[in-house]
Amino acid sequence: MSASGPAVTSVLRIVADEDRCCGSGNCALTAPQLFDQREDDGVVVVLLDDLPAGEFEQAARTAVASCPTSALQLIGGSGA
Amino acid sequence: MTIQEDTFHYPFAGAEPMQPPCQWAQARESGPLVDIALPSGDHATLVTQYKQARALLGDARFTRQVPADGGVRIAATEDGGVFSRQAGAGMAMFEGPGHLRWRRLVAKAFTIRRVEGMRAGIQQIAGELVDGMIAAGPPADLVSAIGDHLPVRVIGSLLGVPPEDHHRFRSWSDAILTLTKFSKQDADAARMEFGTYLAGLIEAKRADPGDDLLSELTQISDADDGRLELVELVITGIALLVAGHETTANMIGKMMAMALAEPSRYAEIVADRSIVPGAVEEFIRFDTNPSLGVPRYVTEDIDLCGTTVPEGATVIVSPAIANRDPRRFPDADQYDPRRENNQHLSFGAGPHFCIGAPLARVELQVVLDTLARRLPTLSLAVLHDELRVKSGLIVVGFDRVPVQW
Repeated sequence: MSASGPAVTSVLRIVADEDRCCGSGNCALTAPQLFDQREDDGVVVVLLDDLPAGEFEQAARTAVASCPTSALQLIGGSGA
Repeated sequence: MTIQEDTFHYPFAGAEPMQPPCQWAQARESGPLVDIALPSGDHATLVTQYKQARALLGDARFTRQVPADGGVRIAATEDGGVFSRQAGAGMAMFEGPGHLRWRRLVAKAFTIRRVEGMRAGIQQIAGELVDGMIAAGPPADLVSAIGDHLPVRVIGSLLGVPPEDHHRFRSWSDAILTLTKFSKQDADAARMEFGTYLAGLIEAKRADPGDDLLSELTQISDADDGRLELVELVITGIALLVAGHETTANMIGKMMAMALAEPSRYAEIVADRSIVPGAVEEFIRFDTNPSLGVPRYVTEDIDLCGTTVPEGATVIVSPAIANRDPRRFPDADQYDPRRENNQHLSFGAGPHFCIGAPLARVELQVVLDTLARRLPTLSLAVLHDELRVKSGLIVVGFDRVPVQW
C-alpha cells in the first residue's frame, strides 16, 4: 500500500494452528492490528490472513516469535 | 552431560541481592545441561541456556509431573514438595489433552481484552494504596504497602472471593510453596484447609452465583459433561489464588528494588512513562532473585539440541539463567527498557505458559506507572545490598523494600 515501502513482490500469509495455541495472548499483545483472541477460550484469531510483503511484516515476525507454543507461522514474504 | 569439577548446589545463593549469583554464568558457560544437587540431597539436571530451555519447555516428552516414586525430591520435606504432590486426583488436567481442555475453560478470564478491561479497577486499587502511603508519610515499605495487597485483591475479585477472606491465602500459600521452611505436615494441613475453604466457597457460588470466574466454573462443573470435575474445580481455585497473588506480590517488590537500586532507571521512567511496559518486561527478564525454576520429568531418552537427556532424569529449567544467555540476548547483563524481541522465559514457554501473564503484566505496569507519577522522588531507604529475601520458599521475594520520597 505504501509507496515508500519495499516493493510488493509476494503476499505474506499468517497461519495459526489452533490446536497448539495455549491462549497466551502474546500475539494480540505484540501485534493487535494482526491478532485477536476468541472471547470464550482465548484461542488466537488472525485478523489479516494475507499481508502485502513489507506491510506489518516486522510486527508479524515479532508476534510469531513471541508465541510460546510456536503455533504461528509466516509463509512467504521478503525475509527468511 | 558436561564435565564439571564441582557440584553446583541449587538454588544458587547470591552474595548481593541486585547481582546475579556468580554461579549463573559459571553454570551456563559450563554447558547447556549441568548436574546440580538439590536441598533434598538428590541430584537433577539444570538447563541453563536459552535455546535448550525454550525447546524443552515446549516438548511434550518432558512431563510436568515429577512422579513421587520416580523423580527426585526437590523440597526438603520427605515427599519432595509441591511439584511432587500434585499427583493423584485431578491428574488429567495437568498434562496433554486434559490440560488443554482445562486451559480453554480458564483462558477466557485472562485474554488481553479481558485483562485490559480490568486495568481501571487495578488502577483504582493502586491509587488507594499509594494514597495510604502518602497519608502516612515516608518512610514506607513497598511490600507491605502495595505488594501484599494489590495482587490478592485483583485475583480475589476476579475469582469472587470475599475481601474479608483475602488475608487467609498468604499463610496457606506459603506453606504450600515450601522448599525448606515448612514441614510436610504444615503443607498438608494448609492444603486441606485451603481445599475445605474452596469447597465451601463453591457451595456458596452454587446457591448464589455472582459475576465471577468461580461462579462460572462452578456452573460448568455442575453441568457434569466432562468439561470440569469438581476436584478439578477445587484445584483450579487453589492454583489460581496461589499463583495469582504470591508471584506478582513478590515481583512488585523486586521490580521496584531493581528500578530504585540504580536511580537513573527510575528517573528515566519518571521522565517518560511510555517506557513502562518495556521496563516491566525488562525487570521480569532481569530478576536476580527468581523462583526455583521449572521442573520436568523425562519419560524417554531425548536428544536436546545435541545432548542426550536420559530417561528417568529430572531436569530443572532456570528461566532466569537462560534470560541472561548472551547467545540470545545482546548485552544480556545490561538493563534496557527499550529492548526489542524481549522473549524472556520468566512466564515459561510451551503449553504450560503462565496463563496469568497478561494480568501480571498489567498489575506491574500499573504499580510502576502510578508510583512514577505520584512519587517521582522515590528512593530506597536502605542500601540495596541490605535487601533480604524471604527464604525457604519455592517463590522468592524481598521481605521488605523500604523507601522514602
